[in-house]
Amino acid sequence: MATVVSFNAVSFGYRGGAPILSDFNLEVVAGEVLVLVGRSGAGKSTILKLVNRLLLPSAGVVTVEGRDTCEWDGIRLRRHIGYVLQEVGLFPHMTVAANVGLVPKLERWPVDRRRERTHQLLDLVGLPASRYATRRPEELSGGERQRVGVARALAIDPPMLLMDEPFGALDPLTRHELRVEFTRIQQALGTTVILVTHDMAEALTLAHRIGVLDDGALIVCDTPRRVRASQDPRVRRLLDTLVTIPDEAVAP
Amino acid sequence: MTALLEFWSAHAAELWSLVERHLFLVIVSTGVAVLLGVPAGVLAVRRPRFGRPLLALANTAQTIPSLALFGFLLPLPFVGGVGPRTALVALTLYALLPVIRTTVAGLKSLDRAVLEAGVAMGMTPRQLLWMVELPLALPSIVAGIRVAAVIGVGTATIAAAIGAGGLGEYIFRGLSMVDSTMILAGAIPAAALALLVDGLLAGLERALKTGRGLRPAALAAAAIVVALIAVLAMSARSGPETAIRVGSKNFTEQILLGELLALALESEGLPVARKLNLGGTFICDRALRAGDIDVYVEYTGTAVSAIFHETVPRDPAVAVRLARERYAAQGLTLFEPLGFNNSFAILVRADDARRFALRSIDDLARVAPGWRAGFGYEFLQRADGYPGLVQAYGLHFGRPPAAMDVSLIYKALADRRVDVIAGDATSALIDALDLKALEDTRRYFPPYDAVPVARTAVVLERPGLRRALQRLAGRISAADMRAMNRAVDIDREDARVVARRYLAGD
Repeated sequence: MATVVSFNAVSFGYRGGAPILSDFNLEVVAGEVLVLVGRSGAGKSTILKLVNRLLLPSAGVVTVEGRDTCEWDGIRLRRHIGYVLQEVGLFPHMTVAANVGLVPKLERWPVDRRRERTHQLLDLVGLPASRYATRRPEELSGGERQRVGVARALAIDPPMLLMDEPFGALDPLTRHELRVEFTRIQQALGTTVILVTHDMAEALTLAHRIGVLDDGALIVCDTPRRVRASQDPRVRRLLDTLVTIPDEAVAP
Repeated sequence: MTALLEFWSAHAAELWSLVERHLFLVIVSTGVAVLLGVPAGVLAVRRPRFGRPLLALANTAQTIPSLALFGFLLPLPFVGGVGPRTALVALTLYALLPVIRTTVAGLKSLDRAVLEAGVAMGMTPRQLLWMVELPLALPSIVAGIRVAAVIGVGTATIAAAIGAGGLGEYIFRGLSMVDSTMILAGAIPAAALALLVDGLLAGLERALKTGRGLRPAALAAAAIVVALIAVLAMSARSGPETAIRVGSKNFTEQILLGELLALALESEGLPVARKLNLGGTFICDRALRAGDIDVYVEYTGTAVSAIFHETVPRDPAVAVRLARERYAAQGLTLFEPLGFNNSFAILVRADDARRFALRSIDDLARVAPGWRAGFGYEFLQRADGYPGLVQAYGLHFGRPPAAMDVSLIYKALADRRVDVIAGDATSALIDALDLKALEDTRRYFPPYDAVPVARTAVVLERPGLRRALQRLAGRISAADMRAMNRAVDIDREDARVVARRYLAGD
């Protein structure tokens, strides 16, 4: 299968700060869902920002579709890759439709095509355009906002999606619902996804492959089943958070 | 109240033109401040290295008292001069700070996630600015524009002091005539205007914040502004370019003298632009030198001491000759005196004069330790004013003198807020407020013969100017002047009417 993103001996650190990544290697293949798990500060978001050139590596090479990100035009690259954040970052002064249609607008799509695509995307994420198109972000629930964020990221059908803890701020029921939706959409579109989370349960349910990050290094990168069987103490610590609560621990 | 309504209905056309001018000053200065201030605010956020000094500069401009700023700008080339230009520059400087500050605050308060999303979606910095940052900072920026415009409406009243027009003209005219009706005639519309501007912009701000009805509100606001500017631009055209511009200081006698000059020039068939009520000696002198006015009436003693910083000769004829020489060296022509000597008069209330047997300034020395004096700013500053007076007569006041606008001091004396003032010998208020002038036995006050001074270039160009002024030479006695002052100050007659009647009967 074709490699879409690769990290070769990549190091990154802010000037004057401790290195966040050092000698980091990773390959992402087309159509897979790669979930990076690690505790806060493990460098997960940094990896995403290195992919869409919000950051450039201090050493080593990051390639997207075979080209060094240093050689990519940053604007072009970012319009080529969808991006979904935990805080969503919807534009509060625009309607739902305008938010979703923003990248097509930047790409100078004609109005008709933009409207058609926006409606199609809103239907895809389960928000009927007839009811949601003219609403503003402040009128939406957290789950609805996150759906709009996903629709916005998918607007010009990018081959790749970067997701930074996209379901982190949602209540458990909504989160579950959205995960199911996500899998459905991903399978339908075949989009390559790099998703970062600190939630091992999320990784196990969504991922084709899981990469476990610790202190700026990738300690395991394998299928969910093999990761769950890993005996590495750093991986076990993350897996231990999954343990179901025994009956005797439930408060009376 | 009735007096006020009568005044407005009698001066409806003038009132409307003053309101128009006032709005013109505020809208143009606020508009320019927005065009400069918003980019400055953006720059300040993007490049703090430039931003910090920029904000400091705007801050400093804000702290300069408005009258001082107007006075400071007057003599400067391009931005200065008597009239709306100087006022616009000053008002723009005042409006800059609120606009810059709220632009910076608005941009800095934006949600980081929203900005990050914009960048990650592939917006260029310019697209981010226009599509995300400025729209989101707009309510804050409009709040700044609102502050700037309301400050502008208030400050623009002071612009009348430098001949920029606006509602301040009634206020200053009313102050100089001690006419509270006229003061209110200017102050009330100015206050109403401030409330109106505040209300309109507050509505716009609300519409922007909720995001509802944004389009209609913005369109309506834009339409109003465009319509106003169009109306104002048409009405703002000043008189013909070739008109001789007659100036005057800001008190009744000077306005009367300005009208007398103007009428005399008009009777010679010369077009005239009146730039009366300009402010004090310094402003008129600077305006004359800068070529913003062509002629005004000065007093010999004031010219020699305050303008040329020399000792005033006690002989009136010698004083005229000296002033004429000094003016001539600077391209200005001093004509023949008009006839009366408006010296300073030290004034007390008549009942005080009787009670303490005060006849001359010498007698004042007895009561001075317990008394409070009130003087105009100029009199307090000038060597031939207060400092020389206390020295010549050995006066010791118990308290430092109160500094106040010349237009207020007669009233302050009559109201017993001060006990002794320096006023004009020709003031109509001396009789009207039952005041008494103390005799200047030591001849401390030098001669103050009223005499027109004009730009020599204009005198040579327009022979009619000399003919007109020669017609006035030596014709106006002190009694004439007091009578005219009285007609305007006490009988509330229009200065131009009084001047015309005087010339007709002369």
